[in-house]
Amino acid sequence: MTKNKGMDRRQFLKLEAATMAAAAGGLPTPTAAQNLITDRSFTELKWNKAPCRFCGTGCGVMVATKDGRVVATHGDTKSEVNRGLNCVKGYFLSKIMYGHDRLTRPLLRKKNGKYDKNGEFTPVSWEEAFDVMAQQFKSALAKGGPSRVGMFGSGQWTIWEGYAANKLFKAGFRSNNIDPNARHCMASAVMGFMRTFGMDEPMGCYDDFETTDAFVLWGSNMAEMHPILWSRVTDRRLSAPHVRVAVLSTFEHRSFDLADIQMVFTPQTDLAILNAIANHIISTNRVNKDFVNQHTVFKRGQADIGYGLRPENPLEQKATGRSKANEATDITFEEYAKFVSEYTLEKAASLSGVPVNRIRELAELYADPKTKVVSLWTMGFNQHTRGVWCNNLVYNIHLLTGKIAEPGNSPFSLTGQPSACGTAREVGTFSHRLPADMLVANKEHRYKAEKIWKVPEGTIAPQPGYHAVLQNRMLRDGKLNAYWVQVNNNLQAAANVNEEAYPGYRNHENFIVVSEAYPTVTAQAADLVLPTAMWVEKEGAYGNAERRTHFWHQLVNAPGEARSDLWQLMEFSKRFKIEEVWPAELIAKKPEYKGKTLFEVLFKNGEVDKFPLSDMAQDFENQESKSFGFYVQKGLFEEYAGFGRGHGHDLAPFDTYHEVRGLRWPVVDGKETRWRYREGLDPYVKPGKGVEFYGFPDGKARIFALPYEPAAESPDTTYPYWLVTGRVLEHWHSGSMTRRVPELYRAFPDAVCFMHPDDAAELSIRRGDEVKVESRRGSIRTRIETRGRDRMPRGVVFVPWFDESQLINKVTLDATDPISLQTDFKKCAVRIVRV
Amino acid sequence: MTHRLRLLVAAALVAALSSVVMAQTFSALRGHTPIDQEGPPPPMTPEQNSSVREPRNYPEQPPVIPHSTEGYEVSVNANKCLSCHARTRVRESQAPMISITHFSDRDGQFLASISPRRYFCTQCHVPQHNVQIPVDNDFVDIDTVLKGAAPGRPR
Repeated sequence: MTKNKGMDRRQFLKLEAATMAAAAGGLPTPTAAQNLITDRSFTELKWNKAPCRFCGTGCGVMVATKDGRVVATHGDTKSEVNRGLNCVKGYFLSKIMYGHDRLTRPLLRKKNGKYDKNGEFTPVSWEEAFDVMAQQFKSALAKGGPSRVGMFGSGQWTIWEGYAANKLFKAGFRSNNIDPNARHCMASAVMGFMRTFGMDEPMGCYDDFETTDAFVLWGSNMAEMHPILWSRVTDRRLSAPHVRVAVLSTFEHRSFDLADIQMVFTPQTDLAILNAIANHIISTNRVNKDFVNQHTVFKRGQADIGYGLRPENPLEQKATGRSKANEATDITFEEYAKFVSEYTLEKAASLSGVPVNRIRELAELYADPKTKVVSLWTMGFNQHTRGVWCNNLVYNIHLLTGKIAEPGNSPFSLTGQPSACGTAREVGTFSHRLPADMLVANKEHRYKAEKIWKVPEGTIAPQPGYHAVLQNRMLRDGKLNAYWVQVNNNLQAAANVNEEAYPGYRNHENFIVVSEAYPTVTAQAADLVLPTAMWVEKEGAYGNAERRTHFWHQLVNAPGEARSDLWQLMEFSKRFKIEEVWPAELIAKKPEYKGKTLFEVLFKNGEVDKFPLSDMAQDFENQESKSFGFYVQKGLFEEYAGFGRGHGHDLAPFDTYHEVRGLRWPVVDGKETRWRYREGLDPYVKPGKGVEFYGFPDGKARIFALPYEPAAESPDTTYPYWLVTGRVLEHWHSGSMTRRVPELYRAFPDAVCFMHPDDAAELSIRRGDEVKVESRRGSIRTRIETRGRDRMPRGVVFVPWFDESQLINKVTLDATDPISLQTDFKKCAVRIVRV
Repeated sequence: MTHRLRLLVAAALVAALSSVVMAQTFSALRGHTPIDQEGPPPPMTPEQNSSVREPRNYPEQPPVIPHSTEGYEVSVNANKCLSCHARTRVRESQAPMISITHFSDRDGQFLASISPRRYFCTQCHVPQHNVQIPVDNDFVDIDTVLKGAAPGRPR
């Protein structure tokens, strides 16, 4: 129905009355002219479940289809995560696939009828697209072996897409140069888990929210970034008056609206606050000694580890611990206590700018044995040059007090993307990982993967490949020459695109392929663009932040010639004979593979092709399976699940997930696990142990002594402001989906630079004035906002990165945590210049 | 040849000789500014401020806010939205009452007042700025689908 402009209420009712009279008089009126459709068969909608396409919360959505189109979506009342609620983005999922400029045909840069890096994008057939792409990959392989090819994937890949890509690169091309955009997002959380617990992903789950006494947000604006979880926090806080909410950030945002304890700290000083809390617990004699003695050991982590910049950078040259960043030595509790003793509340207060009584109030939430605490964090911790340390330090506090792995006591690492856990982490699509927490550098792990994949011993390379940031540097340096990007927009998302990504993509030595649904900036910078099916245009599976694996069916067809990432990966693998990618001595170990294609070796291997089309639910379309002749998703999933079953990562049988609203792994004897490491709640804890951190052979968690160290780049007289980047509620990441939904576009149309009014006044800038936000690396033009949802402290500005007409990542610094190799998008120095 | 023109020619030559090949653009969301340049930002726009309700795309969609909410406080201390949209306030305000769905808790039980989990209105309801959208959306509502006249279908 469209608005009847210029028609008042009386005229409108008159028109309605005439229509109804016509209907009552037996005059034929088209269905649409009546104001009520009386034939139910017309109004019946087909409703099916799917997880939301956006963040890591993993809300359940019900999707209505009619005549091959999505016509409505709403929150799934049966989903445990959200119980019928969605945020504004989730409620508009119906419209994300229908942006008018959907890509529907492969586009290749051509000049005079053939591929040319300087050419114009020209529609081509899939046949031609893959021909050119295969030729480019082959010539890159010929030029310098497997290190010349690479892929940048995503925490928005479905589980089987990530699995197929991982297998294609690590086993097929024998290149570990595959990394997900989850590197920008969750890598520090992963390494935090691995260092403290020897096993990835949270021990608790969202059920903790309804039973805790206190929430502490460490660098997370849940009100905007995890709105539905925030609704559960709000529900708890307003339903149980004793509950306290503490919010820590480098500026005031919407989460402060619920906060009892508000703390705006100087960037990077969270490290000092964390240590001060540990010191407070020890010095006020509130350590849970039994827990600490039985379940923990102490380590001193390597300090002075550098900032993950290019090796010639002076900061790297002088970092003494750079080459052994992830190492640690054993220490005693007493040594640890002495180490943190310098971090008094007063010292933390003077470093951070937070009043000492407020830090004490926060420390008391943790120290008081009667208060259950849920700690929550996302990019404030993870996008941090000491992000792994932050993760380790918050676990320290929970371990010292024994407030862990039981309902309501939970250090909980929130996730940014819908399958950062399910795909990037669990499938191990990082350049150093294999499925189920295994590592390419570990011989036994490689052997196990090779066995499951039925490829000869020695197929998987033992050296980790290029990680996200290194991929861009290697593209720029011309050492990575054939490169495939799927389900992400890295030219908008990666830091320092001006100096690394953009010149890398446009380097004439390189061939860049981008699989996309829309013409993003990354697609524009590519040489070949592959049109891609999205969300419910394919059968999929995601894994959310609380270890919940959930599935959906294909509900509609993709437009035009768009195909899923999975189809693209598998179809492309048909272009390679094993002789073109493996050396003769490797093939000699499996002579039966001679003359076969990568498709036959990797996907028609007796496992992936084990399930016939008749196993599929007959009411649903499944483009990939029909194309390949077997139930692709089931075969890939079941082969993949073989990595984790019996090893603490147990997944349920494939078909179960199509029936339920997701299950939290490990799923043992048909039962999900809500809390890990605690006897009675986790089947993997041996009887009599009480608590067992079985990620390490000794069953104990690690408490780390780690210092405060400064940021890679801090404000100075030339660049006097901290720049923080991040998201806003209405837009998902780079906005390629949400900015094509008119309601979401109009809700937050353009990026702005949030600034303290006094800072603006000092520069004679008024709200709405155009400015240049400029760093040593690049600049954008934007407008100053001194009001609105964020309230900045003096000296700090915030610019969201959703806006592709204001590429703020030209300004940011590509410094990373040297352990997790994740970029710090929250801290660099800029100046603000009036235009 | 003027000095300015000479500079331009020199710049073009450098660009041609450099190993970096320029990419051309075709995105409505970015406009015509090449990726390696930055264009001027559009002017800031006010929020729409009317009482005319927009139709929903489907019944389950949270209605957008047709009026400006600048300066509204929605915090643990106060909720400005409820001063008009609460059940008890709609006679004076003639604003739509918050939906009955908002009275039920996580377990579907109705409460005496709005459920705490629905407290922060802006998680679902957003005001709209007076701006032209750069890209059309081809979503069609169910009524149009039923008429069998869905534009853009099948593409």
